[in-house]
Parts: sequence; structure tokens; C-alpha cells
Amino acid sequence: MTFPDDVRYTREHEWAREQGGVVTVGITGYATDQLGDVVFVELPEVGRKLETGKTFGVVEAVKTVSDLYAPLAGEVVEVNGALGDNPAVVNADPYGQGWMVKIRLSDPSSFQSLLSSADYAKVVEEQHA
Amino acid sequence: MQPTTALKHTPFYDYHRAAGAKLVDFAGFEMPVRYTGDVREHMAVRQTAGLFDITHMGEFDVRGAGAAEWLDRMVTNHVGALAVGQALYSPMCRPDGGIVDDLLVYRYEDHYMVVVNAANLAKDFAWLAQHKPAGVTLTDQSDETALLAVQGPKAAEILRGHVPDAALDLGYYRFMPGTLYGVPATLSRTGYTGEDGFELYFHPRHAATVWDGLMASGQPHGLELIGLGARDTLRLEMGYMLYGNDIDDTTTPLEAGLGWTVKMAKGEFHGREVMAKQKADGLKRRLVGFQLDGRRVPRHGMAIRSAGRVVGAVASGTFSPSLELPLGMGYVESALAANGTALEIEAGSTTLAARVTARPFYTRGTHRS
Repeated sequence: MTFPDDVRYTREHEWAREQGGVVTVGITGYATDQLGDVVFVELPEVGRKLETGKTFGVVEAVKTVSDLYAPLAGEVVEVNGALGDNPAVVNADPYGQGWMVKIRLSDPSSFQSLLSSADYAKVVEEQHA
Repeated sequence: MQPTTALKHTPFYDYHRAAGAKLVDFAGFEMPVRYTGDVREHMAVRQTAGLFDITHMGEFDVRGAGAAEWLDRMVTNHVGALAVGQALYSPMCRPDGGIVDDLLVYRYEDHYMVVVNAANLAKDFAWLAQHKPAGVTLTDQSDETALLAVQGPKAAEILRGHVPDAALDLGYYRFMPGTLYGVPATLSRTGYTGEDGFELYFHPRHAATVWDGLMASGQPHGLELIGLGARDTLRLEMGYMLYGNDIDDTTTPLEAGLGWTVKMAKGEFHGREVMAKQKADGLKRRLVGFQLDGRRVPRHGMAIRSAGRVVGAVASGTFSPSLELPLGMGYVESALAANGTALEIEAGSTTLAARVTARPFYTRGTHRS
């Protein structure tokens, strides 16, 4: 499995793409592979303050459920409302249309603390072994 | 080195790997849980046809004088009423009424085949061996038996020309010995999906012949490979039991809503006294089906509440691909078992609204009745 280089990752299988102090966040292709078909994504309200590593939502798949963890601290500025009607897009396009929230970072430099795609690939390899 | 327990493989293991299946440990077997996606596989079975490797299930050969009478003491349904070529679903109970396993009994000309859950195979064999009278022989044929299920509205069309025509005329829960792509097989019109279909038993040495044959004749009809994930959503939409989730050593068939498989009039059997008492006194709890509002999914073990009080627990839950809503089953106090009763399900920090619903949840299946 390969992981895109234009985003950074967490050990909880989320990705984040940064632009002007705002990160777009979703779950990785590895995560969607493990979960199976996503049928519902519960997302926070716009304006909610998130703390690093704390849960901010839930992904329900047919066979299992998983919490979403904030990759970094900040404020939710947008959520992907399209997932309400079409949660399957999380499986089909996890790094694109399957995005979940946009967070304005409390500390824009914190983005650099996330994992590179190479480091994330190692995490997956370890957890998968 | 980590200590590992070697997982068993069915004769179709290499096909699963080649198809890109996600494999999991299921009852000691490395089995496909998903090939392409749970929803796609589920809908293929509802709309066209699907192929399941269920070779992990166990098959026991039972024969000898008094075999039927003995089986009738071991299981709750009536083996003695079976005609040759008929199969029967039944719980097998302990004297206290708890369910050892749920199984199928097939009546052949000169013997019976008992088909059991993989997870219970060793327990069942020991239980049966312990109670077996002299004169009845019990043989575990599981390693000599491959089992595939072809399920879905196109199942019969896929097999046409590759099984005797008479097999296509079999009624539900009827079977015949015959040939399948030229090899000897038991052809059984049974399944765990609610759709028309067949379960096909044959020797593992013929695995490649049958698999390749099914792939070739299934392809024009849209036959898809189906993993254990969709097997579970298909059975749950029908309200069929999964041992370990919905029934176990602590539940009786009556509590599980399997009263139709308990034949009090046939004579003595394990659990009969307890079930007679339950019938006389009424049940304290019952397995009910429920649907939920919203799209959060109930999961095994979640508490069920009514007016804030815990009244039971979720046995099985899933998101129904056919109905596009969450549903489940669970045991609740009998007073709360009526259709339409409002229940609350605890899902972590939130509470999900549910209401008791008649089963099967899915009523458009093509299985014969």
C-alpha cells in the first residue's frame, strides 16, 4: 500500500493537508481498508475547539466503528457535509472527496510534528505485522 | 519469535489470496472476510449471485441402528420426521436447555450428516461422542468435506447443466446426492442468506474442478465472491441466528424465538423439562429484532435500556445494506418484546433510539418456502 506524499499522517490513521494555517483532515486508505464500507460519519460542529489526540467524531462502517482523533489542536472551520448523503466516498476517495473536517491550527508550526508518508508506512507495517 | 498457532486453510485458500481477499482468523481458519466490499458483496447476493467458501464448517457422519432415535434425544427438532433427501435446522441443547450449537441434520438413505459451526466443532463432537450409545457410529468427516454455497436469485441458472436437472427442482431444505461439474457431491437447497441457493458438499480433492467450474458458469450471471462480512449482514437481515452472538450455552431455543424447532410431542430430548417449564411459566427474556433511527450502528455487547433502566444487551448489530438502516437483535425482558416498543441503546457517550421490529427485517428474499 502506498501513501500520498502531499499530506502528513498520525498513528491513528488520519491524514492532514495544510494550506495557510488550515489543515484538511481525513482517514487514510489503510484505515478505510481495515474498516470496510463506511456508512456514516459523525462530525463536529463548525466552531468547535479540538485538542490534539482527543476524539472529535465517529466513523461507522458496516462491520465496525472507529473514533476520529484530532491530529492537531485548533478550531473546526468547515465540515464535509457531502458525507451525509454519500459516506461511501470515504472508501472511494479517502484523500480527496472523502475529507472530513478543516481545522484552523492553534499553532501553524505544529503541522510539522505529523508523520511523513515514509514514517506512516512504517507505522502501518508495524501494526499490520 | 512470537508463538503462533498455525491457522488452517481450506482447499480454496489460494483462490482467496489470488482474488485479493482480506483474510482473518475465524474459528482457527484463515478465511476471507471481504473481497471487494461488504455492501457490494451483499447486494450481489440479493440481486444476482454470490459464492461463499464455508468449508470451515464441520460435518459428522452418523449411522447405525438407532441413529435417528439418538439424534432425536440430542436435538430439539424432529429428526424422526425427516424423509430421505430432507434437511432439518435444529438447536442441540444441554439438559439445562442451553444451546450447545445450532446445526443441520441431513437424512440420506442409510445415514445422517450433521453440519455444525466451525467454532463449535470440537465441542460438538465431544458432546455427541459422550452421549452416543453403542451401535451408533459417529465420524468427523470435516477434513474430507469441502463446502461451497452459491446463493442468490441466479444460483439455479448458474448450476444449470452442471448438476442433474432434478437438483434444480429441489424444494427448500431438500437435497440429493449427485454430480457437480462431473464430480460426486451432495446438492442441497439450503442457505443462510434468505435467497434461493445451494450448499454443495464434495471431497476436497475436487476443489479446483468445482471452483473453476463455478467461476466459468457464474461469470455470465454476475457471480461474485462473498466474504464472511457480507455473510453476516445477509443472515442478520433475515434474523437468522449466529452462534456465539445470538445464542449460546446460556440461552434456550424458546428465548431465542426458535420455538418452531422445539418439538415437545416427539418424546424425550435434552432440555425438554426446562423448556416445558419455560412454556408453562412464561419467558423472562426474549430475543427481539430492532431498527434504529439515524445511522449509528448497534454493536454486540452494547447495553439496551428502557426508561433509563438496563433491560438487556445487543446480541448482533449491523448496518443493513438492503434496507439502508441500522438494525440488530438482542435479549430484553419479555414485557418489552412487543413490536413497536421503544428501546434505547447505549453507544459510548450517546444513546441511540431503537424500536422492536418484526423479523425477518428483509422480506423480499427469493428463498423457497
